[in-house]
Amino acid sequence: MTAATAARLQAPRRVGDATGEPTWVRRLLIGVALGFLTLFLFVPLAAVFVEALKKGLDVYWAAITEPDALSAIRLTLIAAAISVPLNLVFGVAAAWAIAKFEFRGKNLLLTLIDLPFSVSPVVAGLVFVLVFGLQGWFGGWLREHDLKIIFALPGIVLATLFITVPFVARELIPLMQAQGTEQEEAARVLGAGGWQIFFRITLPNVKWALLYGVILCNARAMGEFGAVSVVSGHIRGRTNTMPLHIEILYNEYQFAAAFAVASLLAGLALVTLVLKYVVERRIAAYGRPIASMEQSS
Amino acid sequence: MPFSRALRKRHSVLPGFDLALGFTLLYLSFIVLVPLSAAFLKTFTMSWPAFWDAVTSERVVASYRLTFGASLGAAFVNACFGLVVCWVLVRYDFPGRRLVDALVDLPFALPTAVAGIALTALYSGNGWIGRWLPFKVSFTPAGVWVALTFIGLPFVVRTLQPVLEDLQKEVEEAAAILGATRLQTFSRVILPILTPALLTGFALAFARALGEYGSVIFIAGNLPLISEITPLLIITKLEQYDYTGATAIAVVMLVAAFVLLLAINALQAWTRARQGR
Repeated sequence: MTAATAARLQAPRRVGDATGEPTWVRRLLIGVALGFLTLFLFVPLAAVFVEALKKGLDVYWAAITEPDALSAIRLTLIAAAISVPLNLVFGVAAAWAIAKFEFRGKNLLLTLIDLPFSVSPVVAGLVFVLVFGLQGWFGGWLREHDLKIIFALPGIVLATLFITVPFVARELIPLMQAQGTEQEEAARVLGAGGWQIFFRITLPNVKWALLYGVILCNARAMGEFGAVSVVSGHIRGRTNTMPLHIEILYNEYQFAAAFAVASLLAGLALVTLVLKYVVERRIAAYGRPIASMEQSS
Repeated sequence: MPFSRALRKRHSVLPGFDLALGFTLLYLSFIVLVPLSAAFLKTFTMSWPAFWDAVTSERVVASYRLTFGASLGAAFVNACFGLVVCWVLVRYDFPGRRLVDALVDLPFALPTAVAGIALTALYSGNGWIGRWLPFKVSFTPAGVWVALTFIGLPFVVRTLQPVLEDLQKEVEEAAAILGATRLQTFSRVILPILTPALLTGFALAFARALGEYGSVIFIAGNLPLISEITPLLIITKLEQYDYTGATAIAVVMLVAAFVLLLAINALQAWTRARQGR
């Protein structure tokens, strides 16, 4: 045995080297990943704020305080304030039935809850026009009774509801399934009523996931464009939400104003990401599994 | 309620099943199922040749080609770069890793209209990125691809991440001990484990891109036969009060979405089976 071979045998490669990559490969991969993300994520985000403030703070302030912008902000807040609580109640009810009981057709129900994720927002808006529009199923009846759904707030709320149906349910179901039913059954045996079990046992166990679902649901509700665009009618100052207001400003070449309103929604997106980060850490700290994001969008 | 008793597989002491399931089914029917069925019922009022003409006219077929082509291209790029991004986030440590990890979800949180106008400004002829490119991106099919890549970016990363985090170091060590080079270990051991999740992420990004509207219409330029996506055609027909024509195209989109949903469900089952759960 030569001296060199003996030295190699005595000093085997560290395991870390065998299951890791050389430094130059690491650096290259990190560079590729960051380059891709910079080009497609970070630069577009920065562009929103830079373009918004390009013409100065006065123009920015004027753009977000003019009457049409304020009414768009108000409508967006109202639509979210109605649709998020409704989908919250739905999410809790669906999760209670699916996670705490065994029944036939559960997988079908899960698929149906996911359905809105796969449907194009434009199609989601269209179907409500087919049901409630002038030539739709209830069009004549609504007209006789002087009720407006399409091109009015109810239509905007319905389209938003459709798009955001799965968010809360999708966060709660996997967590509640993982938690099982022992605690609730124990409470039941000790004589607790249904609502008591829910508010004292189940809700505290899932509160962070619930909050997480609500945050995601709200972000999507406020930012929805395609579905709302079909049912809103784009009446300035009346049925324009913030995303639709941005479109109108942009098409009128009022770029600074469009980006000013857009920066508010981009700010909302950043707040959403921060809250999501905080909530995820909370859930991790409690040692509970959390649904991955891909299921929620 | 006898109906719910028939559905129940096992008796439970917990209350509220009838109320919860009843409310869930009622709500889902009113908000999702009945409206969606309206689209299918509407097309039944059309004759078959009329339906066929509506969904295969030259302009519509051109829009399918663009929508499916750009969605496939965007999903493919996201699969490749998503794998690299996920690998880097899970395996390596570098300054700002947590921040980058959190920002990957930006396309989920940022409203599509905001993304649309930002990308359009960046990739236009005098934009920050567009001015350095030798070809036009904004207002061409390439712009559609850029917007769809942005929209689909988190899907591959977030689908792969839990699988890669769960990956046992032992299998890589075993491969190394048996004499495999690092590249062989990656292509023969790691990649096959990741494949189901990678395909799921690809399919999710593709499905999302197919229906996308908000971010695309700003950057596409929307020229008939060249850069017009299918969802935009539905809106165009609606604005011309051609409700049946719009619905016919919508039904084609819906069928494509259902097929993809089934494929994604199958892929997710495969991913879980691979992970041994």
